[in-house]
This record gives sequence, structure tokens and C-alpha cells, in this order.
Amino acid sequence: MATEADKSVQVSPVSRGRMRPRGSRREVIVWYTMRVSGLMLFVLALAHFSILHFIYDPGAQTADFIANQRWNNFFWRAFDWLLLMNVLLHGFLGVRTVVTDYVHRPGLREATLLLLYTSAVLLFIIGTQVILTLPSATGAQ
Amino acid sequence: MIRLPNQLRYRPREGMIAWAFHRISGIGIFAFVLLHVLDIYLVGGNPKLYDEVLAFYSSIPGRFLEVLLGAALLYHSLNGLRIIIIDLWPRMTAYQRVLWWATWVIFIVAGVPGAIIILRPVWLPILQQLGLG
Repeated sequence: MATEADKSVQVSPVSRGRMRPRGSRREVIVWYTMRVSGLMLFVLALAHFSILHFIYDPGAQTADFIANQRWNNFFWRAFDWLLLMNVLLHGFLGVRTVVTDYVHRPGLREATLLLLYTSAVLLFIIGTQVILTLPSATGAQ
Repeated sequence: MIRLPNQLRYRPREGMIAWAFHRISGIGIFAFVLLHVLDIYLVGGNPKLYDEVLAFYSSIPGRFLEVLLGAALLYHSLNGLRIIIIDLWPRMTAYQRVLWWATWVIFIVAGVPGAIIILRPVWLPILQQLGLG
């Protein structure tokens, strides 16, 4: 199996998360989006988790800390917004795959996906709004 | 081999377990992201309630949940990277089992110290009681 692998080889489905789809342009775009946003999240999400657990302790985190320390500058607001964009793309497209794997009844599937997309838009609005409008006492934004 | 319920059976051996864990951790992280966007909204909308939510996050049970979240995040990240490596360089398929075990080595090496730090309020008082802190 090892040495026979070349450019034209049909890779065993055992190893793959999900084979790159063929035929549907939309599915190919989703497939790439999952991988690009996944790579972004490898950096952004792990950094975010590390900063807020290892550098700052959750015990010291209050609304005041977020407004006046954590989000006291443009960089960290932009960082967290980029994280939010990637996590929404990746998370909702991921759950979309789960839904299409398990929900087969046509009406129910459409309804579930509609609910899913609606909540994605809602979270996008809520998250973006709080990042853009939360005032910092020191005025940086 | 570990037996999984039918909904999670799909691919044999390491690949199947990697896939099942990926799906479970993904759904877990997704659920937390929903909660997290809503809780961060409270910073502006209801700061008092936000402080109460954070007080739970930093409580002892909350910290165990955070370790669980961190574990899901770390596993999902590492396994995702493994998937991307194999997707981009199909020849790596030959080493997929090595990559799988490398995932777990990195998971333990990075995860255990992380868990120890997050759980500090659990073990520090015990050390102090024993007169070691």
C-alpha cells in the first residue's frame, strides 16, 4: 500500500475524514472551507483557549475585565472577531454535515437546516454587535 | 475493539474511532460556542449575570467541564490537522497509523499540563492542607 501510492492513486477511504466531493461545485467549496477554517482555528481557537485559561485565570474574569482589559484594544477585538467568523463557518458547516448524515426525511431535513442557518446568522449578529459596540472605559476601540 | 452504537459506526479500526471522536468533540465544542456567544453578549447586556456565569465557569465543577472542553478542542484540532495532512499529501495515508498515535502523544504532552493548570484550585488546597504548599 505504501510504495504503490502515487499521484493517480485512489486513496483508501479508511484514512480520510471525508473524501473531496465531486460533481457539485457547492460541496467542493464547503469541503475546502472546512479545511481552511479548520487551519485558522487550529491557531485562533487554541490561542484563545490558552490565553483565557493559562495566562488569565477564569476566576479573575468579570464583565469589567472583558470590557476594560481583554477587549481594551483593537487587536484582541479583531482577533476574537476573526475567531468568531471562523468558528461559525466551521461549526455550522460541520453540523450541516451531521444533519445531512442523520436526518433523511426531506421536510424535516430542510426544516433542521433552515433552523441551523438562522441560528448561525443570529449568532453572527449577536457576536459582531458585542465586539463592535462594547464600550471600554479607556476608550480604545 | 471498542464497540460503538450504530449511529457512530462508519469506518473500521483507528479511522472509525478517530472519526467518532471527531464528531462527538465537534458537537460538544459547537454546543459550547453557542453558549459562549450568548454569555459574552451579557458583558454588555447584563454584566451582573455575566459575572455569575463566570463564577460558575471558575467553580470546581466548572473547571472539570473546562478541562473536558479543552480536551475536546485539543483532540479535534490535532485530528483535524491529521485529516488535512492526509488530504493534502495522499502519500501520508501510508503513515496514517503513525499520525494517529502522534495525535495522542501530542494530546497527552500538551493536555496534561493544561489540565493541571486549570485544576489548580482543586489540588492546591489539598497540598496546602498537607503542609506542602
